[in-house]
Amino acid sequence: MTGHAVRVVLPAHLKTLAQVSGEVILALDGDVTPASIIDALEDSYPALRGTIRDPATGRRRPFVRFFACEEDLSHRALDESLPPAVISGTEAFCIIGAMAGG
Amino acid sequence: MSNVRVLVGTRKGAFVLTADASRRDWKVNGPFFGGWEIYHVKGSPVDPSRIYASQSTGWFGQIMQRSDDGGATWEPVGNEFAYDGVPGTHQWYDGTPHPWEFARVWHLEPSLDDPDTVYAGVEDAALFRSIDAGATWSELSGLRGHTTGPFWQPGAGGMCLHTIILSPADSQRIVVAISAAGAFRTDDGGATWKPINQGLRSEGLPDPHAEVGHCVHKIAMHPSTPDVLFMQKHWDVMRSDDAGDSWREVSGNLPSDFGFVVDVHAHEPETVYVLPITSDSMHFPPEGKLRVYRSRVGGHEWEPLTEGLPQSNCYVDVLRDAMAVDSLDECGVYFGTTGGQVYVSANGGDSWEAIVHDLPAVLSVEVQTLA
Repeated sequence: MTGHAVRVVLPAHLKTLAQVSGEVILALDGDVTPASIIDALEDSYPALRGTIRDPATGRRRPFVRFFACEEDLSHRALDESLPPAVISGTEAFCIIGAMAGG
Repeated sequence: MSNVRVLVGTRKGAFVLTADASRRDWKVNGPFFGGWEIYHVKGSPVDPSRIYASQSTGWFGQIMQRSDDGGATWEPVGNEFAYDGVPGTHQWYDGTPHPWEFARVWHLEPSLDDPDTVYAGVEDAALFRSIDAGATWSELSGLRGHTTGPFWQPGAGGMCLHTIILSPADSQRIVVAISAAGAFRTDDGGATWKPINQGLRSEGLPDPHAEVGHCVHKIAMHPSTPDVLFMQKHWDVMRSDDAGDSWREVSGNLPSDFGFVVDVHAHEPETVYVLPITSDSMHFPPEGKLRVYRSRVGGHEWEPLTEGLPQSNCYVDVLRDAMAVDSLDECGVYFGTTGGQVYVSANGGDSWEAIVHDLPAVLSVEVQTLA
């Protein structure tokens, strides 16, 4: 299994928590899925634990969305493989704080 | 020379306000955690440099923060609040069973003798404790496991555990309050709990004298008289002289006995402060006049404190954790409003001035008195 350098864009509040600016590059082995990206993010940046998935349910938080390749991938299973362009690093996996609240 | 440090939680961040004992010239630091809701910030009574903060949003959930340098810098700590065992259900607004779901931390209460131990009151109502400075949290599940637990219902703001009082006289005694379940006490360090709502009367309940279901808004205690508790209930200001075993009403001549905050003077255990709010349907001061009321005799007889406070066209609210007192020789009293003002009285309430006018809506105010 070869490694992948996956690009991830975080929303502003999570960048502040993780103390990063710009994109995050994650080195992933194996299947590249939303779950594997979140696992790697939480390992690299413990301050992000529980911010994307509810720790009690393991589900994506309702106001967090996943975009990539101009598609909303939020409703796919968390263990579903992401598009090849994300796996190759051509496109970023974007974690979005949804517009909500008026 | 002593100093005071006021810890303010708001809808959009935390602020730290500092002054010397004169409490006239203030330095404002913040926002910390800008854009996040900060329900509560509180320092350890044994190590004032150790401060805990509850940070949350509807987007990204709960974050816990700890400062070891008096609020200058902060570090995220553990944020997993897992209910003990199978969580079970409580009653939903419509009376149906609803699974216990963690939403946020409303209140933090650092231990009286160990800076690494801190209690957290959460929504849905439960009491957690950390003994490793916030790294991990464990539920004191005897409270939620009380036989009445499945019948607890949320108040309008959610089913929150918002009051934690640690007894300075008995390390095994803790009093908590939950909206809208009522007050509970443990005398064995949190293993078992009993409702302490005898004497409360709530017209909103089918049985106004029910064992549980009362919407308690806040309870305060003076450390020298730990058996004396003062309560601001949804309606009614109440007093207990037996650590909550029984309550009697002390609303007396208040213009409204609805409100959220209650606190006790640092040096006078019978001097109590409340801030009347018009009603449960009008969350602003009666007549548009912002008035703190003080009783010097433990209730019943109240005097309005108005000097320096707006006495016309004031329609802010003062939320349950937004009043505090310092312990300087001349006791300072503080409160914050949903309009973003934080007021201080450096003379026990006789006169007031605004430290800040334009913060985000204030959720909580705590004060540290520093040597």
